[in-house]
Amino acid sequence: MGQAVTDRPGPAAVVDSDAEGTLLARLRRGDASAFEQLVRDHAARLLGVARRFLHNDADAGDAVQDAFMSAFKAIGGFAGGASLGTWLHSIVVRAALMKLRSRRRRPEQAIEDLLPQYTADGHRVQPGPGWCNDVEERAERDENAQIIRQCIDQLPLQYRTVLLLRDIEEFDTEETARLLGINPNAVKTRLHRARQALRTLLDPYFGAAAAVSK
Amino acid sequence: MISADDVDHLESSQTMTCRELIDFLEEYLAGELTAEQVQSFDAHIAECLECRNYLASYRSTIRLSKSALARDDAVPDSVPEDLVKAILAARR
Repeated sequence: MGQAVTDRPGPAAVVDSDAEGTLLARLRRGDASAFEQLVRDHAARLLGVARRFLHNDADAGDAVQDAFMSAFKAIGGFAGGASLGTWLHSIVVRAALMKLRSRRRRPEQAIEDLLPQYTADGHRVQPGPGWCNDVEERAERDENAQIIRQCIDQLPLQYRTVLLLRDIEEFDTEETARLLGINPNAVKTRLHRARQALRTLLDPYFGAAAAVSK
Repeated sequence: MISADDVDHLESSQTMTCRELIDFLEEYLAGELTAEQVQSFDAHIAECLECRNYLASYRSTIRLSKSALARDDAVPDSVPEDLVKAILAARR
């Protein structure tokens, strides 16, 4: 009856297929209590997703509201191939991306400034020592998790968005390309640059030199 | 896209530079290189401490970002009631 949904974006959730089928039928009939149930079952998780993109409670709330409005309108055409949670996850990500696009862009650091630099013969300039062996243990501390989130926020928007969609929300390359309206190769390029840039931003905190100085 | 020249370099560990390795790191980790290209990568990584360090920190970067955002408190314990009401009111 229940099946774990672990191969799709968003946090894994156990889906009761029968209960969801019943809810879907009620939604298609326009049952008001079914819409309320849908909202109460999923809004908290969708709000978490929206907050990861928007960081602002008001904007995140708006994105969730927009997402449910889109879902209500589209419920008649929902084929049921994915779970309702998975379907809603895609919708709220789209709503959050639209909200991001409508915002005034803040000044951003050029991504090139955050990428590795090379000598003429292809070696990295100032490669430095590697990272500490206990990087992931250190990242568990609250203050370090906050640093990591702040570094992600420093990435230029188009790169941060791809990082969030691919590495955090776990959309695949094709889905990410569709969500952003770009081609899959552009997704791959941006993802690699985003990861390289994030690595550069994290280096002062997690590099071996950082451990020595602490 | 990987050009023919790039492929030649990727398949010859003697000519692969650190820059080339890092440029194609995403394809390497995604399993999108041929067996010969992977062999060249692995040979360069075995010889080059700086690239070994870079690969390890790149992998750590991916894991750190996932764990930092997975454990954040963005998901509320319960949905704010005013948001529920606003959504249901907008539907009418």
